[in-house]
Amino acid sequence: MTRYVIKRVFYMLLTLAIVATLTFFMMHSIPGDPLGGMARELPEQTKANYYAKYGLDKPLTEQYLMYMKNLVRGDLGESLLYPGRSVTDTILSTSPVSGLAGGIALIIGLIIGIAMGILAALYKNKWPDYIVMVVAIIGITVPVFVMASLMQYFFSVKLKWLPSSGWGEPKHLIMPVIVLSFSTIATYARYIKSSMLDVLDQDYVLTARAKGLSEKMIVWRHVLRNSLLPAVTILSSRIVGIFTGSFIVEKMFSIPGIGFYYISSINNNDYSMTLGTTVFYAGLFVVMQLVVDFVYMLVDPRIRISDAD
Amino acid sequence: MQNIPKEKFTIVGIDQGAEVIARPHVSYMKDVWRRFRKNKLAIVALIMLILLSFFVIFGPSISGYAFEEVDPGARNASPSAEHWFGTDSLGRDLFARVWQGGRVSLIIGFLGAIVSAVVGCLYGGISAYFGGRVDTIMMRILEIVISIPYLIIVILFSIVLQSKGLFTLILAMTITGWCGTARLVRGQMLQLKSQEYVLAAQALGVSPLRIIVRHMIPNTLSVIIVNITFAIPNYIFSEAFLSYIGLGVQSPNTSWGALASSAQAQFMFYPFQLFFPAIMIAVTMLAFTMMGDGLRDALDPRLRK
Repeated sequence: MTRYVIKRVFYMLLTLAIVATLTFFMMHSIPGDPLGGMARELPEQTKANYYAKYGLDKPLTEQYLMYMKNLVRGDLGESLLYPGRSVTDTILSTSPVSGLAGGIALIIGLIIGIAMGILAALYKNKWPDYIVMVVAIIGITVPVFVMASLMQYFFSVKLKWLPSSGWGEPKHLIMPVIVLSFSTIATYARYIKSSMLDVLDQDYVLTARAKGLSEKMIVWRHVLRNSLLPAVTILSSRIVGIFTGSFIVEKMFSIPGIGFYYISSINNNDYSMTLGTTVFYAGLFVVMQLVVDFVYMLVDPRIRISDAD
Repeated sequence: MQNIPKEKFTIVGIDQGAEVIARPHVSYMKDVWRRFRKNKLAIVALIMLILLSFFVIFGPSISGYAFEEVDPGARNASPSAEHWFGTDSLGRDLFARVWQGGRVSLIIGFLGAIVSAVVGCLYGGISAYFGGRVDTIMMRILEIVISIPYLIIVILFSIVLQSKGLFTLILAMTITGWCGTARLVRGQMLQLKSQEYVLAAQALGVSPLRIIVRHMIPNTLSVIIVNITFAIPNYIFSEAFLSYIGLGVQSPNTSWGALASSAQAQFMFYPFQLFFPAIMIAVTMLAFTMMGDGLRDALDPRLRK
């Protein structure tokens, strides 16, 4: 067990180092001036000063070492577009916004999605199942920006119930949260349904029935617990989805979250910002995967045994 | 014993016809088709896809307008007899553009899925075939690549490759897209290798080549086909996402994602512009998902009754 944890943490650090290295060299292989359009208008001396300020005048290997050293200290550099704005600060100040909207959406999505999956499995091939599957199909087939546009059109323009965009008040959260939670609902409804149906087929459920346990008891004590287990595995991608899956939603509803800034940094060629945020995203993803794997190992005894060596 | 010629032996008291298979021989593909046909949803999906392909191939030339033809006299026109799906902000016919966009979206979907399937098969196959240290190293590399968020790497590569063309776009999208398939193929191969019927075939002295051709490939192929069917809509979706944030197909060429993205800007005033590409994306996603489900059930020999 300890060996497994050490091994996993080591691979996590290795992955992070590789991602950071790859991102660094990829960003520096982009043709054109790293200072962007700004550089053309500047006098030679100012330009040289800027290069010196960002360390761009040094050889690439030295820049790389500097970058990695700063990265270890948690310093992701400074925005090229907005001098003085540190990338780390931007990430720190914007991620709580994304975290709030995405976190609420995730919790709501999990509750509704799991409930719908259970209903669909218990009433297989009856009307609750059909309704759940229709919702799940809509969630999977309709692009996020279409759903967001439709909601803005009906609830803001036609009915005037909710503000179409903005941030700060609880009412601004309603539409983005609904849109964001839809994909979680769809994914979990399908996933829980199939894992429930699997568990219902197991021998121990048959045994429980044969013992004469009530249906309620069987579902709560035996089926539900076991069918929720595999759902933990897809949680890591969902948690990261709070941050990455919300680019479009944040842009459409003008939420000042990290995705919003990421997209604008891409559109504005603010390379240092893109670089920093990418490394942040990758780091978050890797750490989340590790955490979820450990949680999974703790809750499922079967995995603990097979991975113990 | 060796001296007695074969003719001296006669078979006594056994019906020689007993071992003949009485039922007509049903080939694998016939069997698959028979099961697939029974799934109504899958058939509906197949018909939808055939219709879509028809329009995507012939659609741009039906309306009589070229997809990049600008008509300043008819900007943002509503759907009418003249322009069946209306026109966009530059007065370009949306009927032609939707199908032209469909061409691009479907090409990206198909090519992306096929490229990632081929690379994934090779990688997973090699890893499973050699096993041992090669397998361990290849799987470690895969784990590292897979632990980078997909969209992030696509965005990164799109920026670096300055992907304005179709092929750089596909390259950016498939650069890690093959990882899932590689894992799947490797798992399937390893599982097959330890199956009893493969052991039985080996015990009966069947050559390794024949085992690969008769058992390994057909059994892995079904998994790969299903995987491709689900991958196509995912690529279409990713492309729509990239186009939306301005990294996808560039004007005057278009895709469903690019169309939806430009329509979204003026959705409040001309909702129909978003309606058509959005419906196309949704229908395609739905059709491929339903067909994937149908194919998975049809191709799995374990479901044979």
